[in-house]
Amino acid sequence: MSLIGHNTPPIFKRGPAPTVRLMLYVSAALVLLVTDLKFRYLEFMRQTVAVVLYPVERAAATPADLVLNAATYFATLAKVQQENALLRRQQLRMSEQLMRHEQLARENSRLRTLLGMREELPARSVAADVLYAAHDPFSRKVILDRGSTHGIAKGDAVVDERGVIGQVTRVHPIQAEVTLLTDKEQAIPIAVQRNGLRGVVFGAGAGQLELRYLPATADVEPGDTLVTSGLDGLYLPGLPVAKVLRVDRDTQAFARIFCAPVGGVEQSTQVLVMGRLNLPLPPMGGGNDAVVAKAGGGS
Amino acid sequence: MQPTNRSQRILQPVKLWYLYLSLLIAFALTLIPTGHLPGVPDWLALVLAFWSVREPLRVSLGTGFVFGLLVDVGHGAALGQHALAYVLLTYGANALSRRVLWFSPLEQALHILPLLLLVHVVMVVVRMLSGADFPGWWYFTGSFTAALLWVPMHFVLLFPQFRPVERDDNRPI
Repeated sequence: MSLIGHNTPPIFKRGPAPTVRLMLYVSAALVLLVTDLKFRYLEFMRQTVAVVLYPVERAAATPADLVLNAATYFATLAKVQQENALLRRQQLRMSEQLMRHEQLARENSRLRTLLGMREELPARSVAADVLYAAHDPFSRKVILDRGSTHGIAKGDAVVDERGVIGQVTRVHPIQAEVTLLTDKEQAIPIAVQRNGLRGVVFGAGAGQLELRYLPATADVEPGDTLVTSGLDGLYLPGLPVAKVLRVDRDTQAFARIFCAPVGGVEQSTQVLVMGRLNLPLPPMGGGNDAVVAKAGGGS
Repeated sequence: MQPTNRSQRILQPVKLWYLYLSLLIAFALTLIPTGHLPGVPDWLALVLAFWSVREPLRVSLGTGFVFGLLVDVGHGAALGQHALAYVLLTYGANALSRRVLWFSPLEQALHILPLLLLVHVVMVVVRMLSGADFPGWWYFTGSFTAALLWVPMHFVLLFPQFRPVERDDNRPI
């Protein structure tokens, strides 16, 4: 018997029904998914949890490291010597090119001053190792062992010794996540080296790239080299990106152009992260807002 | 509690620290970078399903949700993707818990397999709706390996509960 104002205490305390709780949790997960995928509001939360998880991740990466190290440990001496000889030859060739490059750079800056043009911006670069391929099987990403404390910023270009392999899309203090060129959501502005024609290359899956939105009559041929155009303000201009494999002009408006990346997109283990030091500012007042918007709208 | 409902043997009650330790170890195992190796089981889904079947009052939707979010961050996946899949998994396993324990471990694995497949299907659907690539059919092989692991996992996870209450120096376990 209950008194007024006092309910009988429940004998079997139960929360909401299981179906109700299921609906609650499912809707919470869906809200998170939409906020993350559509609006990208949750990066801060992700960063915080990622820092806490870092030691666990490093510990979990040790078995994989052991397997890799064992593989290199058992590489034969002959193979190492071969590689050494190859590297020496490469170094010789490179140093010759480097000497000419220095002279050309000096000449270029002199000519630029003669013409009254702005000096080219210096680039900053950080060497990094690829730790491992990201777990997510739906995207093409790798994790680097350098992060924002080493000067890597979101939007930096990632290159190996042959060409561009991707772009930094997420930076943690000591790690960075690189989205490879072959990822479906990755795009990179390019120019055809032969004639300067500009376009945008997208990942097409299966290790290939696609040059989209060029008219069927565009002057692109199989074998053309595509380099970064630098128009986005993020990539340095002139980095090799891809080679055109085949051009399909039968479609109505746009040509379908398939390319193969030049860099070892899914193989390279040592990479260079390159970024611009700062964006050029306009000389005086006026266009300030536009430049700020451009700097903020990267990635 | 019994190892299966037909068994004559009575188990000791589960120790909470052991339950959460096993979940954390399973979580660490999912963070091992295996690249895109086919057939790698989702350890956490397996252990979560196990405890949701054995201890539906302790491990249920909330546990699945929290561990799902941790995996999302650890894997760099879409936030909420694993959480959604694990919530559905724990719900299904909780619902199965009264029924499944009447069967032998191998038959239990057959009951769990559809749930583990569901985890993968949910994630594929969510990511493909948001425009990602289809990861290939090998992606689903992980749930079959996980189902095979159910039987050995069953003994490992129940091991502390198999011990007798009174200590006997002459008995090996």
